[in-house]
Amino acid sequence: MSEPIIQTRGLSKEFARDQFKVVALNGADLTVDKGEFVALMGPSGSGKSTLLHLIAAMDRPTSGDINVLGQNLRGLSESAIAKWRNAHIGFVFQSFNLLPVLTALENVELPLKLTKLSKSQRIEHARRALELVGLADRLDHTPRQLSGGQEQRVAIARAIVTDPDLLLADEPTGNLDAVSAREVLTLLGRLNREFGKTVVMVTHDPHAARAASKIRYLDKGALLPEGQQPEDWEVR
Amino acid sequence: MAIPLSYNLRNLAARKTTTIMTALGIALTVAVLLSISALAEGLRTSLETSGHPLHLLVMRTGASAELVSAVTQEQYGVVKTKPGIAKDASGNPMASLELVTVIVLESPENPGGINVTVRGLTIAGLKMREGARISEGRMFTPGRREVVVGKGIAAKYPMARIGGKLQFGRGDWEVVGVLDAGRSVANSEIFCDLAQIASDQNRENGLSSILVRAENEVSMQALIDDLKADRRLKPEALSEKAYLAQQTQSAAPVRAVGMFVSVIMAVGSCFAAMNTMYAAVARRSAEIGTLRVLGFSRTGILASFLIESLLLSLIGGLLGCLLVLPLNNVGTAIGSITTFSEITFQFAVTPRIMAVGVAFALVLGAVGGVFPAWSAARKQILTALRQV
Ligand SMILES: Nc1ncnc2c1ncn2[C@@H]1O[C@H](COP(=O)(O)OP(=O)(O)OP(=O)(O)O)[C@@H](O)[C@H]1O
Ligand SMILES: [Mg+2]
Repeated sequence: MSEPIIQTRGLSKEFARDQFKVVALNGADLTVDKGEFVALMGPSGSGKSTLLHLIAAMDRPTSGDINVLGQNLRGLSESAIAKWRNAHIGFVFQSFNLLPVLTALENVELPLKLTKLSKSQRIEHARRALELVGLADRLDHTPRQLSGGQEQRVAIARAIVTDPDLLLADEPTGNLDAVSAREVLTLLGRLNREFGKTVVMVTHDPHAARAASKIRYLDKGALLPEGQQPEDWEVR
Repeated sequence: MAIPLSYNLRNLAARKTTTIMTALGIALTVAVLLSISALAEGLRTSLETSGHPLHLLVMRTGASAELVSAVTQEQYGVVKTKPGIAKDASGNPMASLELVTVIVLESPENPGGINVTVRGLTIAGLKMREGARISEGRMFTPGRREVVVGKGIAAKYPMARIGGKLQFGRGDWEVVGVLDAGRSVANSEIFCDLAQIASDQNRENGLSSILVRAENEVSMQALIDDLKADRRLKPEALSEKAYLAQQTQSAAPVRAVGMFVSVIMAVGSCFAAMNTMYAAVARRSAEIGTLRVLGFSRTGILASFLIESLLLSLIGGLLGCLLVLPLNNVGTAIGSITTFSEITFQFAVTPRIMAVGVAFALVLGAVGGVFPAWSAARKQILTALRQV
């Protein structure tokens, strides 16, 4: 009935730091179905970002299997991954990461430069994405001229402009005030419900997590079974 | 479809000061190179337009320049009767016996004086220089102590203007006219009556050279061979063009020094561009990571930073051209080693030279930009994102 969009088996990532090995992610088995909105939570350093980066193929796992949107990521070349990411993944950063010298419209148009769309089509798509995030009146503003919440909404417009199936967000509300954070969460919720985007969001904020349909916890590199929280989680 | 050019242009505009400083460094390098080229080009056209294609110059064996050559009246008699020599309207052979000497003229820039060529010739010699005309005053009168000066000389030496007196040989010579010889070297010479200067210098039979015009290109080579084979003469005979081309080498040391300076400046401005671009890559590390996450390839990143460096150097190159443009047609002079005298000519900032200058700037930008661009392309996505 439900179709898995992300499937990892024994996914591990180790980093070598000085002489030591840091196990950032240890044998994670994660399944995310199409249309889900999953929040990843857990203490700092528990491996949330690492897992998200592996899903976005921004990094390669040390071991284990990862299948995203029916694509086995381990077998792809780097240039194939770049194209795949452009077409299928929208990524939202904690610090927005807009290009400061470009306007809102140009920032949103940027991923479309890698598609076959004509200039007018690109502008049209970018304009519509910005309308969707409620910034139709800010097209020509540069990131400096926008508030944090507006910047993050431009970043979300940029993430969805290629109409990807999967939206990944790493603490998207981490740098925002409460009001802006709520706007961003509402937006992600809408994208999930109305536009059928599958969303995986890393967050520290229990309020934020409430926007999700499911919460998965990580602890010390391990992905805990569904429904299970880290032992001292409530205390924190 | 790649990272848009406006991204690079606006980044260059965003860090205005570094952009201007770096571009200025490149501009100065290009300006030095262009000045040298314009000088060489000016000298080259001056010497090239000087020689008549059918003229040949007869000198003593082994003489590398007219000044160190010696020919006699008898030899002149032999030369002018050779077959293959062109005839003027009245049927006389076009062969001109000439005497070349050097005098020292003072100018405001060179109070110590500079060597200037004085050429004694006859009506025959004047007739053979069709490209030259009197632009002011009149031609010297044979048998009088009168001279006409090339326009380059007139412009540079206050004492060599019409009505002025030049002192050499046995007394004063009156300047009666100015000769305009286009861009030719005749502009840098002083002309007077052959008989007058020969007696002045006690050289009635120690003249310098014979200028001869061949009937056509075919007879030219035959004439050279004929002259060289003549035992009475045993001369050095070569085309005037070839002779003048030899003189161009006098610019070689200037050019070498100029090239040396511009190479050093090139290395400097190349490193400056590299430094600027490395700083840009470091400052925009997170942007590089973001672009990669959006799907841009390593090649796309490499191209973008390389293009940015090329744009930077293009600005520098164009700026360099603007800097040297005012030099165009500015008169200058260069001491000739083989003739021991000075040739005046004009800087020639031609479009071709400017194109070379801009190309040179682009090479600097490419060399300076390739390593930073490569370092930007090599970054791992996560490493790039983490560096803020
Ligand atoms: N490039 C790296 N080199 C070495 N160690 C790393 C690297 N990236 C992550 N780690 C380590 O891996 C572990 C997991 O990191 P990760 O960023 O996934 O945690 P996180 O759950 O996102 O934490 P936070 O909530 O603070 O963002 C941490 O101990 C971290 O120090
Ligand atoms: Mg994290």
